[in-house]
Amino acid sequence: MTDIGNPAVNITIFAVFVIATLFIVLRVSKTNKTAADYYAGGRAFTGQQNGLAISGDYLSAASFLGIAGAVAIYGYDGFLYSIGFLVAWLVALLLVAEQLRNTGRFTMADVVSYRLRQRPVRTAASTTTLAVSFFYLLAQMAGAGGLVALLLGIDGQGGQRVVIGVVGAIMVFYVLVGGMKGTTWVQIIKAVLLVAGTAVMTVWVMAKHNFNLSALMGAAVDRAGGLEELLEPMNRYGASGTSKLDFISLAVALVLGTAGLPHVLMRFYTVPSAKEARHSVTWAIAIIGLFYLFSLVLGYGAGALVGSEEILNAPGGVNSAAPLLAYELGGTLLLGIIAAVAFATILAVVAGLTITASASFAHDIYANVIKKGQMRANDEVRVARITAVVIGAVAIGGGIVAANQNIAFLVALAFAVAASANLPVILYSLFWKRFNTSGALWSMYGGLLTAVTLIVFSPAVSGKPVDPATGRSPSMIQGVDFHWYPLDNPGLVSIPAGFFLGWLGTRLSKEFNQAKYAEMEVRSLTGAGAEKEVQH
Amino acid sequence: MAHLDDPPPERSSPTAEDYEAAWASPEFIELRRRVRSFAFPMTVAFMAWYFLYVLLSTYAVGFMSTRIAGNINIGLVLGLGQFASTFLITWLYIRHADRKLDPIATELRNGLEAVQR
Repeated sequence: MTDIGNPAVNITIFAVFVIATLFIVLRVSKTNKTAADYYAGGRAFTGQQNGLAISGDYLSAASFLGIAGAVAIYGYDGFLYSIGFLVAWLVALLLVAEQLRNTGRFTMADVVSYRLRQRPVRTAASTTTLAVSFFYLLAQMAGAGGLVALLLGIDGQGGQRVVIGVVGAIMVFYVLVGGMKGTTWVQIIKAVLLVAGTAVMTVWVMAKHNFNLSALMGAAVDRAGGLEELLEPMNRYGASGTSKLDFISLAVALVLGTAGLPHVLMRFYTVPSAKEARHSVTWAIAIIGLFYLFSLVLGYGAGALVGSEEILNAPGGVNSAAPLLAYELGGTLLLGIIAAVAFATILAVVAGLTITASASFAHDIYANVIKKGQMRANDEVRVARITAVVIGAVAIGGGIVAANQNIAFLVALAFAVAASANLPVILYSLFWKRFNTSGALWSMYGGLLTAVTLIVFSPAVSGKPVDPATGRSPSMIQGVDFHWYPLDNPGLVSIPAGFFLGWLGTRLSKEFNQAKYAEMEVRSLTGAGAEKEVQH
Repeated sequence: MAHLDDPPPERSSPTAEDYEAAWASPEFIELRRRVRSFAFPMTVAFMAWYFLYVLLSTYAVGFMSTRIAGNINIGLVLGLGQFASTFLITWLYIRHADRKLDPIATELRNGLEAVQR
């Protein structure tokens, strides 16, 4: 990659993006007065704006670079992987978004603890929120390091660490100064750039193949030396019975994880009503769906125009497919734009995760558990800001440590934990009358513990055979083998466990509050008593 | 608006009695039925269709690789079908919510939020 593209151009375009977004963040932050401003952007975004911001929050670097790269190298399986990420939004649309908006204020814990005992449930919900956000943050920061090597021509650990530090610092600044408003605008701008950039490339690739998808796919097969498997499933996941089962586990985690991702849930509080929350998801589904369709074309396009060998030999490996395609099509300038979009992607996602994790700590743990609601609202926002700095530091440190970890694996992990520990309690608390504190604690701690235990004892962490080509095991830890769970992804066991433990825990307790249940159900379905938009 | 920063969240407008009365009303029972009778079967349907697709991709590779036209095979068509069904269900739900849910929900909400003034 050092011989193509121009790092100076890439850095310049990225700097323009950072300066433009900083300017906007500073402008919108002037109206940050209350906790609802800081955490929820005053609940004043429209459904369309929020739909764009959700897309900006959701389409991480793993989506943008990872899926196009997977299609380029493995063909159909990359496409198969993207479908779970899209279908998952129907869970959010049909079961979660509107009820959550009507019931809560700032966090997932607001909804889950609504009719249950506040302190234990909030503590548990905040724990799972922080765990999911941590895995997701690690993935993004690890991705940032790889991207730097790829796009800025900065090789060597020292340079990568500096850039991870700079990315972390900019992100903390966005969150500290801009709160949810600033974060939202960064995500909106990023989503527009990402969709526009990929749309241009998609049309370009299609034009080179007479707007014929079949011809494009044929060209990718020809470029790969007649490898027909590029058009068929299981080229990547089909190596053995275990790897197929691992793929099914991943498919379950993807489709059930989205509606349990705390940074996605928090976005539903930024609109004035449940109806706008519904429209947010509609916009998000349209944008995200379109984006994955573009990814299919870009992936086969990279396979046809760049070639899989060249992609795999580039510094970023699979992740370099989209940037290399940009260079092939539009030279240095388009590569620079796509590089800046990739950076913007990481910044926007990391900012969203940081505000979510800091809100959960400040609002759930500090304000409601430690202070039991007895403090001034300004204190809560102050604590949230301090937490954001701490999380930023953890993210930078974690990003440096996790620099060489597999990004897609870390993201899959975050989805699996979200689906095991968050989704069951959200659905139970909204739809199951009998659900109680015991059930919530069993489900959240049980789901989290099951998922994390299975990950620790999975082949992803230890025990994969050494790859003769690199001389390293693809596992996280080298030279030891303590794995006993056969799959990389824990979802197939931990998600049913989360649901089952929630049911079992509920059955073991007699707690039930009819008045609170009636209040919650009426509020969640009608919006009566729901938080209103902030008027300035 | 003045109470926006007063925790905890349950300090909202209508009283507990208002909520219980609304909860027992025939309008609310009808609203709940309409919410669930759409969302639950539809969730089962799209999940079944998604997992059918995943299982076919995993265990019926030969079938999925059957060419239909040029390089377009059944797998690609079913995959694009997942996109189409997701967009379709979204559209159906928006229509259902606009026509069947919002009018009742709005009426109940206005009733409840008017009670305490």
